[in-house]
Amino acid sequence: MATGPITEILKKSKSKKYPDSTPYTSISVDNIQSISKHLGLSGREIEIAALQQDVVPERYARNMKSFSLEQQAALLQSQVSVVGLGGLGGAVVEILARAGIGHLNLIDGDKFEDSNLNRQFLSICDRINTPKVQAAIERIHDINPSIGVTIHYEFLDQHNGSRLLEKSDVTVDCLDNINTRFILEKTCRQIGSPFVSAAVAGSAGHVTTIFPEDPGLQMIYGDPDKAPAKGAEATLGTVPYAVTLLAALQTAEVIKIIHKKNELLRNKLLIVDLEAALFQVMDLK
Amino acid sequence: MKSQIQIKLFAGLQRFIPPSADNYSIEAGISIRNLLEQLDIPEEKARLIFVNGVKADLTSTLDGGERVGIFPPVGGG
Repeated sequence: MATGPITEILKKSKSKKYPDSTPYTSISVDNIQSISKHLGLSGREIEIAALQQDVVPERYARNMKSFSLEQQAALLQSQVSVVGLGGLGGAVVEILARAGIGHLNLIDGDKFEDSNLNRQFLSICDRINTPKVQAAIERIHDINPSIGVTIHYEFLDQHNGSRLLEKSDVTVDCLDNINTRFILEKTCRQIGSPFVSAAVAGSAGHVTTIFPEDPGLQMIYGDPDKAPAKGAEATLGTVPYAVTLLAALQTAEVIKIIHKKNELLRNKLLIVDLEAALFQVMDLK
Repeated sequence: MKSQIQIKLFAGLQRFIPPSADNYSIEAGISIRNLLEQLDIPEEKARLIFVNGVKADLTSTLDGGERVGIFPPVGGG
């Protein structure tokens, strides 16, 4: 990084205190944007440079008691692909953009319809019949213009997976059917990307993390050739609080993968049923 | 020999829940497949079967005292 951004960052940063009175050096959202514009660099490049100088971009200040400066920078240096922008994907995108994932790669060939409005955060009345990827890129820009976004207005299939997910450090399975999840898993194995898979029906669902060398989805759905296309959601629908909860659990796994934490849901399935007030981690192996 | 197990059914399978599911009587040694038959749960709806929190399959057997959880295939998002 040239000295340009560092000089400007240090000039525009100021001393602040966390709510517990710990001091830190902060740089505001406005100053990140003005330095970015002035130097022709992306916001995330300026934010990474700031973190490397022990300066906290103020938009991440409330992350910093949980993440180190290096961990926040690691998020900004990561690319995460989100496949499916419905109930799971919309909430996943919202959380990852706020957390400061540096680049989001979004894949969905669908448009919003009325029945999405009960649970899909990216759907609003004015966006019915518009592509979900378009809503996503606008939302991310409104939340966090520092981060990069790539959109693909197409559905994942047998042929396009490697191209769509090529640069993915972590992939999030937010799909709405079982068959395509197996296609996604195959692609993730090919490109060497860990992925976090969640599925929902009614007020119940489950989440797991799968690395390329793990047995993966067959432990949950059985033989891919015999698995049904749809599960219990075909009769139960999907309620907003369950799908949003599962999305939040997925993002926690994504961030722990980037931070190389060991306490992941690998070969484990976290099952949730909010009717039964049940949270249980099951061993899949 | 009669024994008892605890049965938990999830995600729409609650309609198959037997009376006294917390103290459900079985013959010791019964397989999960036979338990599903007793409960009228179609095998394809019992996608995930857990015995004491560990994944089991249709041939697993129960001695009594176990917690049995059954979850259907779920794919929505």
